[in-house]
Amino acid sequence: MAEIIKRNKALSVNPLKASQPVGGTLATLGFDRAMPMLHGSQGCTAFAKVFFVRHFREPIPLQTTAMDQSSSVMGADENVIEGIKAIAEKSNPALIVVLTTGLAETQGADVHRNLKEFRETYPQFDHIAVVMVNTPDFTGCVETGYAATVYEIIKALVPNAAEAGTKPNNRPRQVNVLVSPMLTSGDLEALRDTIEQFNLRPVFVPDISDSLDGSLTEDDFSPVTIGGTPISELKTLGDATATLVIGASLQKAGDLLKEKTGVPTYHFDHLYGLQANDDLILTLANISQQPVPERIERQRSQLQDAMLDTHFMLGQLRVAIAADPDQLNAFSHLLAGMGAEIVAAVTTAHTPILANMPVKQIKIGDLEDLELLAKEHKAQLLIGNSHAVSSAERLGIPILRAGFPLYDLIGGYQKTWVGYRGTRQALFDLANLVINFAHEEIEVYHSIYSQKFDAAQHHAPSLSCH
Amino acid sequence: MKTNKDIAELLDEPACEHNKKEKSGCAKPKPGSTAGGCAFDGAQIALLPIADVAHLVHGSIACAGSSWDNRGTRSSGSQLYQIGMTTDLTEQDVIMGRSEKRLFHSIKQAIDSYNPPAVFVYNTCVPALVGDDINAICKNAAERYGVPVIPIDCAGFYGTKNLGNRIAGDAMVNHVIGTREPEPQPQHPNYKIHDVNLIGEYNIAGEFWQVLPLLDEMGLRVLCTLSGDARFHEVQTMHRAEVNMMVCSKAMVNVARKLQKEYGTPWFEGSFYGISDTSQALRDFAKNLNDADLVERTEKIITREEARIQTALEPWKARLKGKRVLLFTGGVKSWSVISALQDLSMVVVATGTKKSTEEDKARIRELMGEEAMMIEDGSPKALLKCVRDYNVDILIAGGRNMYTALKAKIPFLDINQEREFGYEGYQGMLELVRQLSLTIESPVWEAVRAPAPWKNAKETQHG
Repeated sequence: MAEIIKRNKALSVNPLKASQPVGGTLATLGFDRAMPMLHGSQGCTAFAKVFFVRHFREPIPLQTTAMDQSSSVMGADENVIEGIKAIAEKSNPALIVVLTTGLAETQGADVHRNLKEFRETYPQFDHIAVVMVNTPDFTGCVETGYAATVYEIIKALVPNAAEAGTKPNNRPRQVNVLVSPMLTSGDLEALRDTIEQFNLRPVFVPDISDSLDGSLTEDDFSPVTIGGTPISELKTLGDATATLVIGASLQKAGDLLKEKTGVPTYHFDHLYGLQANDDLILTLANISQQPVPERIERQRSQLQDAMLDTHFMLGQLRVAIAADPDQLNAFSHLLAGMGAEIVAAVTTAHTPILANMPVKQIKIGDLEDLELLAKEHKAQLLIGNSHAVSSAERLGIPILRAGFPLYDLIGGYQKTWVGYRGTRQALFDLANLVINFAHEEIEVYHSIYSQKFDAAQHHAPSLSCH
Repeated sequence: MKTNKDIAELLDEPACEHNKKEKSGCAKPKPGSTAGGCAFDGAQIALLPIADVAHLVHGSIACAGSSWDNRGTRSSGSQLYQIGMTTDLTEQDVIMGRSEKRLFHSIKQAIDSYNPPAVFVYNTCVPALVGDDINAICKNAAERYGVPVIPIDCAGFYGTKNLGNRIAGDAMVNHVIGTREPEPQPQHPNYKIHDVNLIGEYNIAGEFWQVLPLLDEMGLRVLCTLSGDARFHEVQTMHRAEVNMMVCSKAMVNVARKLQKEYGTPWFEGSFYGISDTSQALRDFAKNLNDADLVERTEKIITREEARIQTALEPWKARLKGKRVLLFTGGVKSWSVISALQDLSMVVVATGTKKSTEEDKARIRELMGEEAMMIEDGSPKALLKCVRDYNVDILIAGGRNMYTALKAKIPFLDINQEREFGYEGYQGMLELVRQLSLTIESPVWEAVRAPAPWKNAKETQHG
């Protein structure tokens, strides 16, 4: 059981964490024709927008309630109502999600009352779903903001089975899949492919693989998301044969969905590594009552072979990881399963999953903490987002980029980590970093009696393939 | 091209135990059932670690193309040995007899571009067969460009890798050694400095750098290690050593024998693998140099180093104690690794003896007891059978057996020259234990041996 060390210094240096509204925005962007609006000053939105534009290299729909000095002091109810109305009029979205920020929460905003007032005042927009989420940025992280948003969307938009007349297994091939923010659009595509091989139809909630996968569309501009989980689909979740919940952070959202619909639910903390994917495949085989396809068995044995090939590089490797809890947990299990040692684990928020991780200590902290721990324990490799690159440089060790944001890695947003295949590639990537950059050489020794006189000799140019 | 007589002379190596008893000389390769490299391979491997030389392979692309950039060995200075050079002969060169000309121009280009202290020209099958006179061309080029150009006549069809090692050694004795005097011997206020050579030490992964500081401390000036981290002008001075150590293998034993014959240099055989062998090698240096003071100082160094490393190994020993090893080595002498493993309280249940001499076998029996299992058949199937029959925890062998072991889901340690880790000297034992425990204790074995969970489920359903 991991010991959790809470923040113990005043200053946060080189932050690892991004805010809850950023997470809420990401969740919202996974729904079709959706528009997230941050309830705060316009800077909150501008920063979040740049964050995602740099990561996904896509235009990102994101609005603001644009709180100014007087509304910050006197109350910003009007900003919320006006904001929703403006988006509804201008963009005709299917979903508007209002995410609070630190400013609004400190001020004491009651966005749920604002929504009631909006509905009473503007019944002409009743067809547009509006969800309010409390995502103050002085607590939590991307992952918790995302989870809270998925929870609120299920709460508001998935009807209770009794009222809507939905019944589990009405749609025997439909499987609901709640997915954590650690899953990339590439991960979702791989997962979709796997589930479809069992003749099942996955409905992802949310689905950034349909909205933020970097594809070109007919329309040259859209103010709202193009693609993602259709809002209408949420009404069918109660008819599904099963729900898969991927990521420990979505436990609560999964429980709520089950409570509302009665659909049998299967939880997976992550999908990195052999064991986790074995669990998934076994579950899919049981749900679908179909044998495991040969192709998947082949991929499984390919992963096993890769595990053997790479255990020489990854065994006893001292690794430092900085990530949100779900992903930290996933990497920790993957690496521990390869015999590596996680000597520094830094995360952004205290969540229940941390206690189960195969790590001695977890620090809730920043990239400076990571750097110090990595140095202290002589880490040989670092896993983290693009901000951690300069930490790796200062430490003189290689980095595997993962998480949010990835602004210096083209296509990082769609890298596939999950499944037998994704895991295999991740192991290869890690092992390559080790053999190319982290291999510990025996130090050159020059004999005191040496008559080599290399300085006077011609040296071949230093050659490297990197 | 070498004549049959030349080759027969190389094969007859009086200093090699294989010359005696039922196995005489190097066995002829059998069509359809031969593994291992050719004479060119052996010659190149033996000399490539000479770091500042331009190693030029005269032949079609098959020879250099699939063998260059083998980065096992390390240099403390010049990296020229890592530059792959070949004449890459074309069909036209062969048909029109232009290969000699191309070689001549290639030598010029190598000298112009890289300014090496010497060029080694490796002859291969095609030019040997069409009759290129590489001796004449090398001589000519050396005269024209003022740089030593050394012919290494090692066409693959001459024989095995082992023969290639000897050809390489022979070329050094005939063309390089004795062509230059060493620097004046340095003085030490308290003791006498001795000049020595190491033959057959390749500095794989830099492992010799774990031994060299001890030789420095003893007051031994290493004139040359043939060939790990060597320089051309060091090889030239090898004739002035007071003693030669043949490291681990018999590959270039002809060099030691010829230096003894021509210069009267005594030689001894030793290894730096394992604690006891490393200590023995240091003792043998002192003994052969007939220096009572050195003997005394050496014992002090050994006592200190053994105590240091035993302390460092203590936590690892507990982890490895009693683990069962199947040892299947090629070039490195089995008994030398056995003693290293026994130093760690591991159990060597069986060892390969395909290349071992009767003397080796006697030594193995001495170390492992009379029931020592000796494996003559090195086929993957036989190895795997042995692994299963003897409940083996780890297979230690050359890299080419690695993937056989992995496919059979058996922990494996590579001790061949392509490896990335150095095991020599006292310090090397620490790396050895790290690598052993890394693979033996890895959680991946359990993960890959377990059947897929749905297979279990099915069986339970049916059963």
